[in-house]
Amino acid sequence: MEHEAERPDGWALYEIFIRARSGLDHKHVGSVHATDARMALEHARDVYTRRQEGISIWVVRSIDILASDPAEADALFEPARDKVYRHPTFYDIPDEVKTL
Amino acid sequence: MSATTTAPAAPAAADSAPRVRYVLRLADASLVLAQRLGELIGHAPALEEDLGLANIALDLMGQARLLLAYAGELEGQGRDADTLAFLRDEHEFANPTLVEQPNGDFAHTIVRQFLFDAWQHELYTGLQSSSDARIAAIAAKALKETRYHLTYSGGWLVRLGDGTEESHSRMQLALDALWPYTSELFDADEPDRDMIAAGVAPPMQPLAAAWSARIDAVLRDATLARPPTASYRWYGKQGRHSEHLGYLLAEMQHLPRTYPGLRW
Repeated sequence: MEHEAERPDGWALYEIFIRARSGLDHKHVGSVHATDARMALEHARDVYTRRQEGISIWVVRSIDILASDPAEADALFEPARDKVYRHPTFYDIPDEVKTL
Repeated sequence: MSATTTAPAAPAAADSAPRVRYVLRLADASLVLAQRLGELIGHAPALEEDLGLANIALDLMGQARLLLAYAGELEGQGRDADTLAFLRDEHEFANPTLVEQPNGDFAHTIVRQFLFDAWQHELYTGLQSSSDARIAAIAAKALKETRYHLTYSGGWLVRLGDGTEESHSRMQLALDALWPYTSELFDADEPDRDMIAAGVAPPMQPLAAAWSARIDAVLRDATLARPPTASYRWYGKQGRHSEHLGYLLAEMQHLPRTYPGLRW
């Protein structure tokens, strides 16, 4: 899908990332329209943190994100399918280790 | 209600009368503006602004609830926040005339909001050290909200004032139209003076100066011209309103007045 480029009225699409709690990663939650990054931050606050969903917000212009092409998914992701040995599932885990 | 059936007011209630009036002024300012902003839900120029304005309306509604509840307690007549909001008539509303002005175009909405936010910010900063602990606590809570409102409305003021030719001229028109309502915010009358003397309200002069300095700074960034001080005075806080409040109240109070005691 084509990204929405900057519109003639000066508004642009921004992707919103929110950190729910300290220690967690910022996660993509959606997008807003805004005329600048500052406004995007305010819009993200108003749209996505109304129910205490976050303690930190990142905004990024959608146009600045390069996405992988779904048509190339075979080339990109298929080769990993038969390489199960990359998962650390062939080790015996000592009983003392509670979580891994 | 006839005089014979009315219980004589308790002395404590009589003493608290100016304070009740003052708290109602604060409460009604927030309540009426919340109702105005509520009219924009589903009608704002963008989804994001729709939510932004609704958030501000909800903050103001929250302030109004706390203040109306306190006014009811001070009054001691058994009126709660809902009774005060929905069963008072126009002349009993004590909001400044500014907040009842119609939304107009987005420029009017933003200019009204900015003039109000800048006022509320200075006022509530002063009220944090009110001699009335309950008012001080409400002000401290509300101030966090007000700071955000001011960032929001100030941001739009600059963006549109210093925007296109069209947005600039609309903002200047809105500013010229709404400016005459600002002097009321700083005209101290007797209830104001009583409360200032009692240390409940902050003194008016420094408040006006701080407001004015902020307005000048933001208007400069917005490339908007400060209108001259109007000679006509408004008295909304004394219950003498512009023609707009009656319509607003008719809509706001319609349901509880038509179905008294109705619950969800």
